[in-house]
Amino acid sequence: MANVLVCVKRVPDSSSEVVLTDDAQAVDGRFAGFTMSPHEECAVELAVQVSAATGGEAAVVTLGDAEAVEQLRSALAVGATAATLVEAEPSTYGPADVARELAAVVRAHEAEGTAHDLVLLGNDAADSGDFQVGIRLAYELRRPVVNGAKMVSIADGVVTASVEGPEGVETYQVPLPAVVTIREGGVEPRYPSVPGRMKAKKVAIEERTPSAEPTGPARVKLTLPPPAPSNVQILGTGAAAAPAVVDLFEELGVLSR
Amino acid sequence: MILTLVEKDLEGTAVEVSLEALTFARALSAEGGGVPLDAVVVGEVSDELRKELSAYGVRTVHQVGGEAASAYCGAAWASAILSVREQSKSVVVMAAGTDRGNELMAHVAARAGVAMAANVLSFQGLSPFVVTRQVVGGAALEEMRLDQRPAVFSVAGHAVEAKPAESPGAADVVEHSPEIAAGDLVARVVSTGEPDTDESGSLKSAKVVVGAGRGAGGPDGFKDLEELTALLGAALGVSRVVTAAGWRPHHEQVGQTGSRISPDLYVPCGISGAIQHWAGCSSAKTILAINTDPEAPMVTRATYAVIGDLHEVVPAINDEIRRRRG
Repeated sequence: MANVLVCVKRVPDSSSEVVLTDDAQAVDGRFAGFTMSPHEECAVELAVQVSAATGGEAAVVTLGDAEAVEQLRSALAVGATAATLVEAEPSTYGPADVARELAAVVRAHEAEGTAHDLVLLGNDAADSGDFQVGIRLAYELRRPVVNGAKMVSIADGVVTASVEGPEGVETYQVPLPAVVTIREGGVEPRYPSVPGRMKAKKVAIEERTPSAEPTGPARVKLTLPPPAPSNVQILGTGAAAAPAVVDLFEELGVLSR
Repeated sequence: MILTLVEKDLEGTAVEVSLEALTFARALSAEGGGVPLDAVVVGEVSDELRKELSAYGVRTVHQVGGEAASAYCGAAWASAILSVREQSKSVVVMAAGTDRGNELMAHVAARAGVAMAANVLSFQGLSPFVVTRQVVGGAALEEMRLDQRPAVFSVAGHAVEAKPAESPGAADVVEHSPEIAAGDLVARVVSTGEPDTDESGSLKSAKVVVGAGRGAGGPDGFKDLEELTALLGAALGVSRVVTAAGWRPHHEQVGQTGSRISPDLYVPCGISGAIQHWAGCSSAKTILAINTDPEAPMVTRATYAVIGDLHEVVPAINDEIRRRRG
């Protein structure tokens, strides 16, 4: 039996325009709406699959404001059975702070009798893009870490993870307990069923306060790149534009093969 | 000392983004009054690689052999990089912002107990050392202070153009075989298979990419686009909408959570240009967008555009190419 903990982050939806908060410390998602990072949707799916295959349970944790409960509930709706919110203003936490808080949750649960044999995270958060929380968490917990896996499975106390490396698909076999960060593409996240959603609403969310003051993200400020002036040259409309398009292909030399 | 991790390709020469990182390091070195430039390479340094590094102004090439070099292992490589860092007294440890570069810099920073900035585009000044890096897939920028030493960061792909130095460096090779703790070898690659994603490999290196988004309409909407791809000897790339709907496989995805491409020509068809997608295609030299909406971000950011339904425009282009070829 292997219990899996998956760490998620509430992030602004990246399908619309980016707006910054007034203090320039975070992306404002008020208009775009919020979601969990895409890599984490796959991490949640893998957490549910892997724990179920071994007769264990999947739990979910986030560090965020009270609204982040929405992302915990969406993980609960697809098969996680327990959820923890470390309530804090995420923009004041740097990657090392987040890793320390996640480690504190893992240790506290262990002390309370629930071991998380495998901890899954997304490879990188869609907003802050730090590419390091999972690795830092592994050092906090003194566990081995595999980074950027698309698939994981567990057998006989060993996690097998596959990563698309520069020379081909790399396989890791690491004894539990371990940490693995996940990339989108290996599994299809399931849609929550109606009973799943109903069940998720009833789960009591464990609330924890941070274990220490954050040292901060060393962020001076966020800025938006200046909007590139649109210099688009319209070649035409509809099928009638085809000759102009092929002229362009010839000019760029992409037809000369 | 500025220490740059250089990654090798299958032929044993430096990957382009590592040369970009060295170019960035040189600018940093000049700002600091000529701080020497060192490179660290895990595994063998061929004569050709040494010449390349010399051309980029590298003074010393630290070649890591022994236990750390036998198979990829993030913790072991980071341990080796830090042991080189200690001997070379480097104040900066940096890499290209590849998957591996970001992973290794995260390990290095976690082990050294310092911050790490991923995907840096530029630096503002040395005291304090402030870098600007990409967040939200490049849709926003973050100014971040790196006060601790070593300053650890990765350089975003195509942030700078790779340019050899005006005067070459000595590129003296120094061999290292650092001892690696057993605990750092636990998460190590046990086997490497054939890349099962030839397509994503060729997508990343393709000179021409034809893109397809929501406008394809469904899993059967790709026939004309595949034909155009074939006529141009191009690769097909799709938006996340398309892979999330299951119309096409994930390895064809271009974007923040897919492949990042930098072709000479990108032809996005029926793609609106959400942040998620733009993050993967903004390095294309020329963009020709085909879209029904003249206000779509992909159209306004493109070099050229055709306003129209891809299902009408693309077959007409295919016909025109065939007609001209006779």
